[in-house]
Amino acid sequence: MNELKKIQYNCKKATLLIEKKSFTKITFREEIELRIHLLGCSVCVLYKKQSKLINDRILQLYNGGGNSEKEYHLPDTYKKQMQSKIDQELNK
Amino acid sequence: MPPDPSLLKPQQWVSAHADYLYAFARVRIADEEQARDLVQETFLAALQRVDKFEGKSSERTWLTAILKNKIIDVYRKKSAVFVSSEITDAANDQNFFDETEGGHWTAEHYPRPFRTDDTNPLESKEFNQILKACMQKLPPLWLSVFTMKHIDDESSETICAELKVSSSNFWVIIHRAKLNLRACLQKNWI
Repeated sequence: MNELKKIQYNCKKATLLIEKKSFTKITFREEIELRIHLLGCSVCVLYKKQSKLINDRILQLYNGGGNSEKEYHLPDTYKKQMQSKIDQELNK
Repeated sequence: MPPDPSLLKPQQWVSAHADYLYAFARVRIADEEQARDLVQETFLAALQRVDKFEGKSSERTWLTAILKNKIIDVYRKKSAVFVSSEITDAANDQNFFDETEGGHWTAEHYPRPFRTDDTNPLESKEFNQILKACMQKLPPLWLSVFTMKHIDDESSETICAELKVSSSNFWVIIHRAKLNLRACLQKNWI
C-alpha cells in the first residue's frame, strides 16, 4: 500500500486524530492526512460530528450552570451530622 | 500575618456549600456514599487548614479546590488497580477497527446516525441520561482520564502525572473512551 492509500483507509488513525485535535494542536502532516481521509470517508465525517456532539453534551451536562445542583441533594439528616462534626472540631 | 477569621464561616459551611460540593463530587464520582464522605472529609480537612486560607479566592472556591484534590486521590486509587491490564483487555474486547485491513471500521462498529433532535428538550434530556449511563460503563481509569480532560479541562501533562499514565497511552485512552461512548450511545439511543 502506498502512503496515500494507507491514510485513506485508516479510520483508526483518523478518529484518533479527530480526538487529539479537539484538545491540542496536531502537526501539519497530521492535519493534511486527516483532511485527505475525511474527503473520502463519510463514516468518519459522521464520527467527527457525533464526537463533537458528545463533547458539547458532556460540557452542558456537567458545567451547565449549576444544573447538577438541582439534581443532587444531600439528605438533611446527613447535613446535620456533618454540621455537628464541624461544631465538635470547632469547640475542641 | 494572622488569618482573618471573618473570611471563613465554618458554622455555615454545611448550609452554604454542602449541596454544591456534593453535586460537584457526584458528577465526578458515581458512588453516592463515597461522594458524601468526600464532602465531609473536605470540611474536616478545611478546618485543619483554616489558618492557611489567604482570602485570595472565595470560601466556596477554596473548599472546591480541597474537594478536587480528594477526588483525584480517589481516581488514582481506583485507577492503580487496573493500569496494567485495562488497556489491552478492553482493546481486545472491542474491535472497532480491522487491523488487517489497514485500520478500517469493522462492519459491526460502523457509525450510524443518532436519532437526535437538538430542538426537542425532552429528547435531549433522554439523550443526556443515556450519555451519563454510558460514561459509567467505562473502566475506572478511562473514566478518570476522560472526566479530568472533558469536564475539568485539566492539562494532559497534569492528568498523566496524577494518574501515572504515559502520554501515548493518554491519547489511546481518550480515543478508546470516546469510541466506547459513541458505540454505547448508538446502541441505546434508538
